[in-house]
Amino acid sequence: MKVSLFITCLSDALYPRVGEAMVRLLAKYGVALELPSVQTCCGQPAFNSGYWKEARESASTIIAAFEDADFVISPSGSCTFMIHHYPKLFEDDPVMLEKALQLQAKAYEFTQFLVQVLGVTDVGAQFPHKVTYHPSCHGSRLLGVKEEPLLLMERVDGLELVPLPFANDCCGFGGTFAVKMSDISGAMVTEKSDHVLETEAEVLVGLDMACLMNIAGNLRYRDKPVRVMHLAELLYEGVKGA
Amino acid sequence: MSATGTQAGGATVKERAELALNNDFLRKAVKFTTERLRAGKENAAADHGNWDDWRERGRQIRLHTIAHLDYYLNLFADNARANGVHVHFADTAAEAVKISLDIAKHAQAKTVVKSKSMVTEELHLNHALEEIGVEAIETDLGEYIIQLAGETPSHIIIPAIHKNRYQIAELLSADAGETLAPDTQVLAGFVRRKLREKFLEADIGMTGCNFAIAETGSMVLFENEGNARMVTTVPKTQITLMGMERIIPSFADLEVMATLLPRSATGQKLTVYMSGITGPRRDADADGPEEMHIVIVDNGRSLQLGDPEFQELLNCIRCGACLNACPVYRHIGGHAYGGTYSGPIGAVLTPALKKNVAEWDDIANASSLCGACYEACPVKIPLHEMLIYLRRRKLEAGRGDKMEALGMKGFAAVMSNAKRYRAVVKLGQLGQKLVVRDGGIRVKLGPLKGWNTYRVTPSLPKASFRQQWKTMEEEIRHGLQDMDPAVKSRMEQIVKDRESGKGGHGHHG
Repeated sequence: MKVSLFITCLSDALYPRVGEAMVRLLAKYGVALELPSVQTCCGQPAFNSGYWKEARESASTIIAAFEDADFVISPSGSCTFMIHHYPKLFEDDPVMLEKALQLQAKAYEFTQFLVQVLGVTDVGAQFPHKVTYHPSCHGSRLLGVKEEPLLLMERVDGLELVPLPFANDCCGFGGTFAVKMSDISGAMVTEKSDHVLETEAEVLVGLDMACLMNIAGNLRYRDKPVRVMHLAELLYEGVKGA
Repeated sequence: MSATGTQAGGATVKERAELALNNDFLRKAVKFTTERLRAGKENAAADHGNWDDWRERGRQIRLHTIAHLDYYLNLFADNARANGVHVHFADTAAEAVKISLDIAKHAQAKTVVKSKSMVTEELHLNHALEEIGVEAIETDLGEYIIQLAGETPSHIIIPAIHKNRYQIAELLSADAGETLAPDTQVLAGFVRRKLREKFLEADIGMTGCNFAIAETGSMVLFENEGNARMVTTVPKTQITLMGMERIIPSFADLEVMATLLPRSATGQKLTVYMSGITGPRRDADADGPEEMHIVIVDNGRSLQLGDPEFQELLNCIRCGACLNACPVYRHIGGHAYGGTYSGPIGAVLTPALKKNVAEWDDIANASSLCGACYEACPVKIPLHEMLIYLRRRKLEAGRGDKMEALGMKGFAAVMSNAKRYRAVVKLGQLGQKLVVRDGGIRVKLGPLKGWNTYRVTPSLPKASFRQQWKTMEEEIRHGLQDMDPAVKSRMEQIVKDRESGKGGHGHHG
């Protein structure tokens, strides 16, 4: 059984600790992740901006990297959902289209894999902190990952989950949107941080480092000491401490 | 124009958005009302119990109707004519305006009372009527306020959403010639009295159309104030303007639409009034117009027919739910979109109705593609995907940004080859030393300017995940636990099901 890690560029370059937490946590369940080295980026920045030719070049590395994998796991609902766009991206290329469909069927976001495939909801973690959760748009709305993170958090000892007001509202990241429409994006992330602060949570947790980078960056800009982490990190830290 | 109006200026979405972002009155007012509407819709959908099934039913009705639009339009026109209605077809906005003006001239009209209609806004019909000396009076409360302010609606169903009651009291006090208290009952009471006279005087009643029923030739209006009923019963002549896609096959289909529309728009189970009008006044009728015209407007709609990426745009029932759900609309309101239709539907519809890509502005970029619009849509239009298609088409038409194109070429060069990608990460790790302080980057230069105005950029850690992988992998393989046999067989079953075509986990997008 070959389970491969689609690390995503953000977790590779900026947040290796997220990949590490995933890898070490899954090893506890007998899953030895592989890291195909030819992978780069899912191509979403180009795809969303309309540069589909460029997106195809990037997407091709992902398709090639995971061709022989049985399961593909990624720490991002957004990058995983980008794979669901591949069939559209390669609709005029029957060979690539077939490969894109195969990849789509075996691509999982981290908590999806943990809960749906491994059947794990209790990782045996302790995390005695007040936590709030931001459900990222692509993961929750488009990929449909809604229950999984909640099930996992419910079973963490000591974790007090505080509901985030307007949790489902976008944090304002949106890839190139944050650069092109920086003031609108700024208004959105500022409001998101306000809501996080309202909860008085010590920790903000999520499933997508892009959104979390956005919110964490704003919280830091405003000197607000809220710890921001991916759920994989929280779970792994909680297991180590248990 | 009022001092706090948001209509002024701004050639680009960015400039218009900036005006809105600096207008606290507007932002507060828009947030207040969209929150109320959004919560109302969510509660109504939950109370309904089978909301997603009904959304799918609504979608199927709209898909079917639009796929056979020529058939249903002809059926509608034939039946409406048999009921005594004058049916007109207008290819362009100019034609629709000409038809309407000709009717007004023929009726020697001095005043027209209007119930809320977005298509007449699209045609700028009030202005055209004014130019031939006909006074057009909006009778929907929100529209009346907007007309007094000399503005255009900033929301599909709540035209004055960007104004608070103090601003409205100011406008209506000037109209009344006396100070009116900023109290909803007082203000609505004043407008009600004033409009009574206007209804009695008017020569023409002008309406939009929520749904046109092909099997009977009827038109259906949903409203809460009773003004549309006055508009369609008191004046001698009625003119109804409708987009060519407003059709549904039958009254049975209306049941589904009447379930979806009010709940999605305001959270109401049904609007206060729902009128079905089948032809002008008959001898036995107590009231109604003697003459009735329906103008069916194309104005770019037929461009979507046969286009697999945009045909579903014609499924829209103009409920405004996507505006209320949209986090961008929430912050910038409707005028920043720069067209008649605002919010996510406006961001797609405004360019899509124009064949000439040179006339498109950058409105499709004003979205984070979060998909809240799609989730809120009662007929499941994938607006978040259409926004991407618009961006792509603009590039295909050679109207992209040159610098961005260059950047994307660079992106592809790096991301098509893992070696190059690794080299770039390494370069970043070294190069960032110039700007990193305290593990963060705060400089407001170049592409980081907008981003760092609101955030601190994280620095790259010393080693990327890949750079740590070899050690990590060894450690993991060394201490690997055995896999639970039950899990193992489940995984094998998933792979088997997938190969036999049963498997694959779906997505919701």
